[in-house]
Amino acid sequence: MKHYFTILSHELRMLLVSASTYITAVLFLALMGYLFVILIEMYTKSAQDTPPAAVYFQLFWLPVWFMVPLLTMRCLSEERRLGTLETLLTAPVTTAEVVLAKFSAAYLLYLALWLSTGGFFLILHRFADDAQFLDSGPLLGGFVFIAVSGLMFVAIGVFASSLSGNQAVAAIISFVLIGLFVFGPWLALNKIAFLNLESMQGTRAALDYLQVFHHLDDFTRGILDTREMLIYLSGTTLALIFSVFSVEAKLLHS
Amino acid sequence: MSETSPAIEVRNLVKTYGRITAVNQVSFSVARGEIIGFLGPNGAGKSTTMRILTGYLPATSGTALVCGLSVASQADAVKRCIGYMPENNPLPEDMRVSEYLFYRGRLKNLARGRLSARLDDVLELCDLKRVRHRIIGTLSKGFRQRVGIAEAVLAEPPVIIMDEPTIGLDPHQIQLVRELIGQLRGRMAVIISSHILPEIELTCDRALIINQGRIVAAGTPAQLRREVIGRSRYELELAGDAAALPALLAAVDPALTVSPGAGPDASGFHHLILSTPREDDLGEALLGALAADGRFRLRSLSRTQPSLEEVFLAATRRSWDTVDNAAGRK
Ligand SMILES: Nc1ncnc2c1ncn2[C@@H]1O[C@H](COP(=O)(O)OP(=O)(O)O)[C@@H](O)[C@H]1O
Ligand SMILES: [Mg+2]
Repeated sequence: MKHYFTILSHELRMLLVSASTYITAVLFLALMGYLFVILIEMYTKSAQDTPPAAVYFQLFWLPVWFMVPLLTMRCLSEERRLGTLETLLTAPVTTAEVVLAKFSAAYLLYLALWLSTGGFFLILHRFADDAQFLDSGPLLGGFVFIAVSGLMFVAIGVFASSLSGNQAVAAIISFVLIGLFVFGPWLALNKIAFLNLESMQGTRAALDYLQVFHHLDDFTRGILDTREMLIYLSGTTLALIFSVFSVEAKLLHS
Repeated sequence: MSETSPAIEVRNLVKTYGRITAVNQVSFSVARGEIIGFLGPNGAGKSTTMRILTGYLPATSGTALVCGLSVASQADAVKRCIGYMPENNPLPEDMRVSEYLFYRGRLKNLARGRLSARLDDVLELCDLKRVRHRIIGTLSKGFRQRVGIAEAVLAEPPVIIMDEPTIGLDPHQIQLVRELIGQLRGRMAVIISSHILPEIELTCDRALIINQGRIVAAGTPAQLRREVIGRSRYELELAGDAAALPALLAAVDPALTVSPGAGPDASGFHHLILSTPREDDLGEALLGALAADGRFRLRSLSRTQPSLEEVFLAATRRSWDTVDNAAGRK
């Protein structure tokens, strides 16, 4: 892991000079700002029983779905397209270092973008005098959820990027994979009739356990369940291991 | 990493892609400090061999040693001994030249302090000082190529591998690249591939000609000429009775054969090519015999070296013949 930080700082630098990063950031902040304004209007019209932070994070899937593919699509596929993967991997570095550093760079950017939306709540905190807006528990829980689940979403994006030398294809693959993970269990439980059979009880339980929105509810209510965290952490590990394999397998066939 | 082992040693290397055998039982070795040209038509297996040497691709069978280290089992140590410039010289588009070289230097384990001094050296060597702050994506092809070479020699590895470093350059740039590679002679073992020959001929101590995955000829350019073409040639421009020429030539060397060139031109001179298997120079004898004979007027006489190009064509043709014969015998 000697070169991890060298590659990481290089990757961060490349992300910070790339136009697509700024486009992604602007789109993301505009979308989140807009959602936040709608949210506040909703709360000023009539009192609600859930804190605004909880509702705000309910919508996390929308930006994640678009932002993660945009942030990660370049990381490996661009190197493959340009052929620089060959120079990178023939330097004394390991594939694992490369994948991990690229993942970390994208993840740090992802976190930074989300943390910057904390500013919305700061402003709200400054100007609102209604105590119900100021509950910091759901806010913290929400951010912890974003941080933990983001590990896996970004890892999925990196994996998708390792599959193709074409950024657009990589983006579509990660879009589909993330969509499947976020909505798949819920759709399966509600739309697939035979899962309701008695014998499918185990499958139902497993799918139920995977429901991202349940995890989010738990986190914003302040329940930090280690088993739920484990889902994301093992998902992250798996996606990264697959990325390493995919980069190396591609070499065998390239 | 013992100092006495050859820079590169390859034994019975085979690489197959599914049914295609890209490299077939290739063996060769490269001494330290030697510059080797790796010649072959497109698809001969040059890039594949080089990629195996760098550890980027695994070989199907056979052994490859770089500085005495096995490419297969000591990949990490091998990577530290090699500076590699892949085919088409891939470079990141949106970095500055010095930034890129600095990053590569860090990846190659150069300490920060030493790196900046070394960076100045390679920028100087490759004449990149003027463009050190330019974005790589905006550089001309010649500069890009020199950035690739600078990157390869950056960590002063004992072995440099360059895949078609002169491809797509104009003659002036090719000459610059060639001089650059020439400067590495004796300090690093260099192996460069090409399918264009004159450039290899001038730079390399030795050439390997590879065709269809097999080495078909190897040696210094002079050895190759002798081995593959096996004849010396003389070109002359002559006016007079061409029919009487063979008798006169037989007196000089019975084995001399005449092949008609162009002519006669406006002033009556024929352009003729003589060839013989004899090694020693017949120029003086020819000149004497022709000058003494009043029927001929001689305007010029020269001994011509077959270009490596011809050697190359002959060697690859020969290998196709053997391949065809082998196929015919089955
Ligand atoms: N990834 C690959 N898959 C299948 N065949 C390949 C692959 N790469 C190279 N080849 C084949 O291997 C042979 C040698 O290719 P290469 O080493 O690139 O030749 P050169 O560099 O001498 O032009 C060619 O016939 C080529 O088609
Ligand atoms: Mg090639």
